[in-house]
Amino acid sequence: MINLSIDGISVSVPEGTTVMKAAASIGIEVPHLCFLEGINEISACKVCVVELQGKRKLITACNSPVEEGMVIYTNSPKVRQVRRSNVELILSQHDCHCATCVRSGNCNLQKLSNDLGILEVPFPEELPDNSWNEDFPLIRDSHKCIKCMRCVQICDKVQAMHVWDVQNTGARTTVDVADNKAIEKSPCTLCGQCITHCPTGALRERDDIDKVFKALADPEKITVVQVAPAVRTAWGEELGLTVEEASEGRMVAALKRIGFDYVFDTNFAADLTIMEEGNELLQRLGDADKYAWPMFTSCCPGWVSFMGTKYPQYLKNLSTAKSPQQMFGAMAKSYFAEKKGIDPSNIFSISVMPCVSKKREADLISMNSAGAGQDVDVVLTTRELVRMVRAEHINPKFLKEQEFDSPLGESTGAGVIFGVTGGVMEAALRTAYAVVEGRNPDADAFQAVRGEKGRREADFTVGDKVLHTCTVSGLANAESLMEDIIAGKASYDFVEVMACPGGCVGGGGQPIHDGCEMAVPRGGKLYQLDRDRHLRFSHENPEVQKAYEEYLEKPLAHKAHELLHSELVSEDYFKTTSC
Amino acid sequence: MSRLKIATPNQAQLTVERLYKDLERRIVASPPGLCPVDLQLSFLKLCHAQTCGKCVPCRVGLGQLQNLLEDVLDGCGSHKTLELIQETASNIMDSADCAIGYEAAHMVLAGLDGFREDYVYHIEHGKCSCHITQPVPCVALCPAGVDIPGYIALVKEGRYADAVKLIRKDNPFPTACALICEHPCEARCRRNMIDSSVNIRGLKRMAVDNARANTVPVPEKAESTGKRVAIVGGGPGGLSAAYYLELMGHHVVVYEEKNKLGGMLRYGIPNYRFPRERLQEDIDVVLSTGVEVKLNTRVGSGEGEISLAKLREEYDAVYIAIGAHTDKKIGIEGEDSKGVMSAVEMLRRIGDDDMPDFNGKTVVVVGGGNVAMDCTRSAIRLGAKKVGIAYRRRQDDMTALPEEVEGAIAEGAELYSLKAPHKIEADESGNVTALWVEPQIIGPIDAWGRARPVQADVPLMRIPCDIVIVAIGQGIETRHFEEAGLSVKRGTISAMSDSEVKDVQGVFAGGDCVTGPATVIRAIAAGKVAAANIDEYLGFHHVVPCDVEIPHVNYDDKEPCGRIQLSEDEAGERKKSFEPFECGMTEQEACQEAGRCLRCDKYGYGNLKGGRAAIW
Repeated sequence: MINLSIDGISVSVPEGTTVMKAAASIGIEVPHLCFLEGINEISACKVCVVELQGKRKLITACNSPVEEGMVIYTNSPKVRQVRRSNVELILSQHDCHCATCVRSGNCNLQKLSNDLGILEVPFPEELPDNSWNEDFPLIRDSHKCIKCMRCVQICDKVQAMHVWDVQNTGARTTVDVADNKAIEKSPCTLCGQCITHCPTGALRERDDIDKVFKALADPEKITVVQVAPAVRTAWGEELGLTVEEASEGRMVAALKRIGFDYVFDTNFAADLTIMEEGNELLQRLGDADKYAWPMFTSCCPGWVSFMGTKYPQYLKNLSTAKSPQQMFGAMAKSYFAEKKGIDPSNIFSISVMPCVSKKREADLISMNSAGAGQDVDVVLTTRELVRMVRAEHINPKFLKEQEFDSPLGESTGAGVIFGVTGGVMEAALRTAYAVVEGRNPDADAFQAVRGEKGRREADFTVGDKVLHTCTVSGLANAESLMEDIIAGKASYDFVEVMACPGGCVGGGGQPIHDGCEMAVPRGGKLYQLDRDRHLRFSHENPEVQKAYEEYLEKPLAHKAHELLHSELVSEDYFKTTSC
Repeated sequence: MSRLKIATPNQAQLTVERLYKDLERRIVASPPGLCPVDLQLSFLKLCHAQTCGKCVPCRVGLGQLQNLLEDVLDGCGSHKTLELIQETASNIMDSADCAIGYEAAHMVLAGLDGFREDYVYHIEHGKCSCHITQPVPCVALCPAGVDIPGYIALVKEGRYADAVKLIRKDNPFPTACALICEHPCEARCRRNMIDSSVNIRGLKRMAVDNARANTVPVPEKAESTGKRVAIVGGGPGGLSAAYYLELMGHHVVVYEEKNKLGGMLRYGIPNYRFPRERLQEDIDVVLSTGVEVKLNTRVGSGEGEISLAKLREEYDAVYIAIGAHTDKKIGIEGEDSKGVMSAVEMLRRIGDDDMPDFNGKTVVVVGGGNVAMDCTRSAIRLGAKKVGIAYRRRQDDMTALPEEVEGAIAEGAELYSLKAPHKIEADESGNVTALWVEPQIIGPIDAWGRARPVQADVPLMRIPCDIVIVAIGQGIETRHFEEAGLSVKRGTISAMSDSEVKDVQGVFAGGDCVTGPATVIRAIAAGKVAAANIDEYLGFHHVVPCDVEIPHVNYDDKEPCGRIQLSEDEAGERKKSFEPFECGMTEQEACQEAGRCLRCDKYGYGNLKGGRAAIW
């Protein structure tokens, strides 16, 4: 243990602890801005400076390990002055129109400036050039970028996509798309992790709320909204709701209050995905020589785009089943329209997703299987949903819980867990087992695929076959998985990959909590919902069963194939209707 | 009233003088990879501040040029802007009264010419194409990319064996480099911004003197791959490749034409600079990995020689690292006289302990490089009565390290600068009696910035002597390899930057035989590159790791502090023998010197972009 004194308080911490952590252990939170534990410990902002007695130069608390006998002051006159000056300097190159910023109220810089009582900046404002493709689902506002480098580091270290990089040298140094590419020409998978780790409003999703309000106001349009599983774990976080208050029922009620004609559940489509993908896996296993192995899941568009960019030779290994969002869209503009006698071209199909990449997926030229324009017209992130609720001055606390609408609203616990890493795998195993064995397994039999590790392996016996599975989240982990597969160091039958660490619950479209990873607690909520559902097997979803009876015939049948599958290997797959 | 006053500088002038010095040192420490257009603008600002303001082109023109450069940098310039910059700078150059104006404009024109593509990139893309790739200046400038801040920190803590292990991750010749590396790493050391560069080589010497390389075990070898690699040449380059390839699990056989390993480290560098037993320490480490060596075996097409074709048949890959061991002739009358000797021959004989007898002789060495100094200082030690160095330019223009030149002079060598060799005079029996030289005056500066000598209007000069040593460069014995189908251009073997030889499958080449005579560290770096790419070629991707943990930075303020120089034994004594004379640092000195390191691996861009490559 190392003994030191911080602000006159003696503290003893293990060797290697940073000054910041040592201070936190006695309740002193040293202000910081660019620091992101384990990811960005570069002391660029110099906000976490502290004074080390006997030394002229201040040290940064975030990345300086403690030393025996150190005497640290986190608020000496010198520290106070330097910290304030550095924040003022950052503000001089930051667009401080907080009233029009998407991160107002959830911005570390704003909080810091307010906390320090900065009422004016003594330096002239210097804002760099600001051009960006506003049609792209990811928007960067260089006027707000404080060059903390978190986006560069997240993309390098966690996602291994290296989309962002430091641009220029000297005074013009900034962050931009690596190799001087335009963002739409970059390998960006739109995972959105840079957005959820940006301390300011420099990075955000393209705001599509207006399009939704327009549709809601159009008397000709029937608005059909679907809500992804992970959204329900997080939507209440920024609305001041407790976990109990932020229930599925209240979320449905809020959407109905906003004015959506039909509020459906993407979980329904998740169950449908399991029917298709689970049977596809069994079909491939039955004819193993004909297919390339392992089979990969395809519900995560970030992962699919990663494969298209980095390992196109493996696209044929991806399941052809569309993601739940797109299955839902196709069903809404066909089965549902037919059932309700609505002209599908009058249906305006909206999804609420924990994801930015879904905005591009909905826009892929092939995603129009129902023949009435894009199957999903607009994708909103969880954050946009929250903003809509606020714009409509709805206080969900006072709403009475409501049920999802029928027929695309029923779901099982298997569909619910799609939003967490391992969930798709677990749901697929539950149904595959039942199909092969002719009886349901214990719904909790496949819990070995759960966990916080970025890559997990588990073997299961299904029929007479031992199924080698692997579950991965985070694209750096996906990259090492692919390299191991290519090098012959690893071999699996079925692999689930989600681009965001922890799965969709940690998605790039989810509410932002600076410096705090929420995937694990949110995932816990999904597992709770699964446990509480009376149906826990996708094949037992009565509305799914009905859809097959009335419309799709059976999994992998012609109609199902037309609506619910797509050929990933075609080179046009990654083209979108806009950019 | 007094008519005249003694001018004394005031406080402001004195401060500015000091700041000029600071700026000079700062420019020395400029990191590589900066935007040249941005730098150009900064230079221009400085130039403009120097203007007296009398003349329009300088007072107004330099300012307007800055505005135009700002436009380019801000992404609002066009090709028209470039034209205007060019025109304006030309006009200033042609009309400014004094050098403050026209030389400033000249710098702008030189930039427009030298990095036009950067200007154009800014105009066309609105941003800069430059970026900093290796953020730590010393590591960036070390050809082998040795983790310098890492081993300096280890030396500071007295962890010498760990320092050797860390160096060896990128360079299996820590002793050689500790004693004789030209230390390009020190050139842009950021410490220059405070006072002067860290004595990096001296600190490395501290490590290998306190933890002899042959006492520090090598890492565990990878599992055998069953692949076999032939290496032609047992110098530092070939042995470096051999070391890494063996660690990767490939089996290496080194073919060496001479009867001992070491290449130029043995046959080019005299014992007083690099003692043989210290060389053996590094060689023993390489051999400890299991490298097989065939001495006195020449690769060629003659009798008793093994051909490249045969090596290609018998091995999975071949690395050619034959160095540059042939001599170059001056091409003057009398060069075939008895007593004329090439530097290569002289140093080779010394390397094989076959000492030439110079007792009582007068020796003149022709040349101004490090090899010429080695010959000079060796000749003194071989008992010569008098040793002179004939060089066609000035002392400052010599390519040898200044300390080598100074060392030679201190040991009594006579420097005949601005003397170009004209002819060698011999007596009836063909023995050298004198070197005739043409005195020169220094003249115009060439495109590379070097002043050219021009013949002086004075008669030829006779330097009486018994021995003439020609040390004007070395060549490469390429004939056999050319016949075997390798491309040879301007006397060197052509290989790509990954050391592959184009169109000759499985053959790699590097070091002096590809670049022409260069430094030991460049040969080592080439060996490292070759090892990595041969490994890939053989279908593997072994990594060379190092598990040494690097000490964290200390929080001491960086107060200005002088650089510790290595001391030498006194010239009068040391010149009597081939014994080494450079003294290492004391622990006190090493600790202070290591503490001067600014740890660019942890501070600045280093902790963003990775101050170190832990594996390669």
